[in-house]
Amino acid sequence: MLRYLAKRLSYYAALLIAAVFLAYAISASALQPRTYFDAKVPRPSAESVERQLTALNLNDHTPVVERFGHWAGGLLHGDLGRTIHDTPVTDDFSRRVWVSLRLLLLGSLLGAVLGVAAGAWSAVRQYRISDRLLTVLSFVLLSTPVFLVALFLKNGAIAAKDAAGHEVIPFTGYETPGLAGGLGAHLADWALHLLLPTVSLALGGLATYSRYQRGTMLDVLGSDYLRTAEAKGLTRRRALLKHGLRTAVIPMSTMFAYSFLGIFTGAIFTETIFGWHGMGEWLIQSINEQDVNSVVAINLFTAIVVLASGFLADTLHAALDPRVRS
Amino acid sequence: MTVVAADSADSAESPEPAEPTGSGPSAPPAGRPRATGRGRLVLTRVLAARGAVVGTVLILLLFALAFGGPYLTPWDYAAPDFTALHQPPSGEHWFGTNGVGQDVFAQTVRGLQKSLIIGLLVALFSTVLASLVGACAGYFGGWTDRALMFLVDLLLVFPSFLIITIVSPRLRSSGWIAFVLLLALFNWMITARVVRSMTLSLREREFVRAARFMGVRPLRIISRHILPNVASFLIIDATIAVGGAVMSETALSYFGFGVRPPDVSLGTLLAAGTTEAPVFPWMFYFAAGLLVLFVLAVNLVGDGLRDALDPTSGAAGRRSGRSGRSGRSRRSRRSSRFGRSGQPDRSQRKSS
Repeated sequence: MLRYLAKRLSYYAALLIAAVFLAYAISASALQPRTYFDAKVPRPSAESVERQLTALNLNDHTPVVERFGHWAGGLLHGDLGRTIHDTPVTDDFSRRVWVSLRLLLLGSLLGAVLGVAAGAWSAVRQYRISDRLLTVLSFVLLSTPVFLVALFLKNGAIAAKDAAGHEVIPFTGYETPGLAGGLGAHLADWALHLLLPTVSLALGGLATYSRYQRGTMLDVLGSDYLRTAEAKGLTRRRALLKHGLRTAVIPMSTMFAYSFLGIFTGAIFTETIFGWHGMGEWLIQSINEQDVNSVVAINLFTAIVVLASGFLADTLHAALDPRVRS
Repeated sequence: MTVVAADSADSAESPEPAEPTGSGPSAPPAGRPRATGRGRLVLTRVLAARGAVVGTVLILLLFALAFGGPYLTPWDYAAPDFTALHQPPSGEHWFGTNGVGQDVFAQTVRGLQKSLIIGLLVALFSTVLASLVGACAGYFGGWTDRALMFLVDLLLVFPSFLIITIVSPRLRSSGWIAFVLLLALFNWMITARVVRSMTLSLREREFVRAARFMGVRPLRIISRHILPNVASFLIIDATIAVGGAVMSETALSYFGFGVRPPDVSLGTLLAAGTTEAPVFPWMFYFAAGLLVLFVLAVNLVGDGLRDALDPTSGAAGRRSGRSGRSGRSRRSRRSSRFGRSGQPDRSQRKSS
């Protein structure tokens, strides 16, 4: 099993290097930091623009490969370069990364766990009212883009605020600024702010997972080994949980890796809509400011997160399915 | 019972009911007692799935609305009516008006039209690309396969949204066609993987080998023998891709990275209506509702098609009255994938 995982890990490392170079090349050639400086008022002299661009490693007269080499050299020392406002990218990065990870981890885990549970339950109760209701619900959710779900939730929160006269569920930011009180009050405040963004992320995951899990679970339900397990004296519930669910969950581990892409995209929307100062909001902002180094840092972050979740999926897959290990 | 067992063994060999003669997916399945044509079978099954019928009718209605709508209303989508600002829906303005007095119905219909066209084109382009890359990777194997799959993995590392947002400001002047190509370019990878794995098993089938030994050129084998046999998967996938593309388009346009004003799509309409949605709901919810309705309809049709085209599906038609049929045969198909190296599939043996 270790050999298998080591093989995957080296493949992912090669993928990461290629992906980061690709991201750098695309961002550096598509974005135009020069326009940002040219648009400044009062307009700086051509010479000073040139100097600033070179100092920030953004000068488009330098070949992309050379700029990438410079950037990668810094990366080896943990330096992500400087933003277009001449502040270290690492500062922004370390501040925003926890904001996003909080949302990403909670949203994806909640979606996966609830989705698998709902799908398995739905399969066991195939064609009953609860199964049908869940099917309809997941179809509607699958057909609604995440940003629309987030907007619906936000509009609902606004309507609730208007009806109640005060903010019932917070819909901007991740904490109440200047909140007094102890740790308990702060935690409650955090949780309340997390509610809507997390729900809007998790709903999409829930719908997807429940559909797939229902399918794989149905495949398993008619199987001989489940009948054998029951014939040997296991209760239906025990047989289903111990033998059925374990087998049916295997394909989901692969899906988990792929779904992280979708979750991250979703987080870009939810962060922007709910006013979270996370990576997603940063992306939109830095693209509009032609801030190459920040954009590349975000790309690096997603690449690492996606590959890490891919590796996690491989590990899970190998742990659950002995056939993979050999 | 024997017929069924043979049947399931047959489908265990390949995911698709491949025709050795290469006469396409519409030919009747060889060696089966039933004379029902495949096209007919698919049709009965689709009709039997209520969701698919509802979905098809919805899609047709939405297309009629998108392309016929502009002729129903006297208002132009861009022309302001200064006598009616922020008016709620009325006989004059069916969906109300926005802040500068533009007719929301005319705008919505126009936006729907653009979104539908973009969705269809993206699905078409990405499916063509996916089938070519997937079939080539699977058929040629070796370094071609490795290189193409590395490319697929590479593109999968980034959310396509990320790359599109970075590149799209540069393509602002090229209009929405460039946007369509961009969306298609980052939307084919997963489909290509599936096509590749299907090609891998098709490559070893007798009719493909026969063609190869007869000296048929590889590209011709791919177009004549491989692609027709993955056609049903491609049809399903393209259908679902239309819904996905419309969702991506609206999301990107919502953030200003896709279709841009003065051109309208459902995404730009949603962006324009968002801030005013709590006070002037008609500016937001008509576009939002149509978007969800269309994607829902596409998903319903895709789901119905999947049941109808899946050779091991138990949905209406063949092998009636056998509950749990689809689950069993699908399972045997899966186990055969692993069973090739190991012991023969036990479940099939028992049933024969």
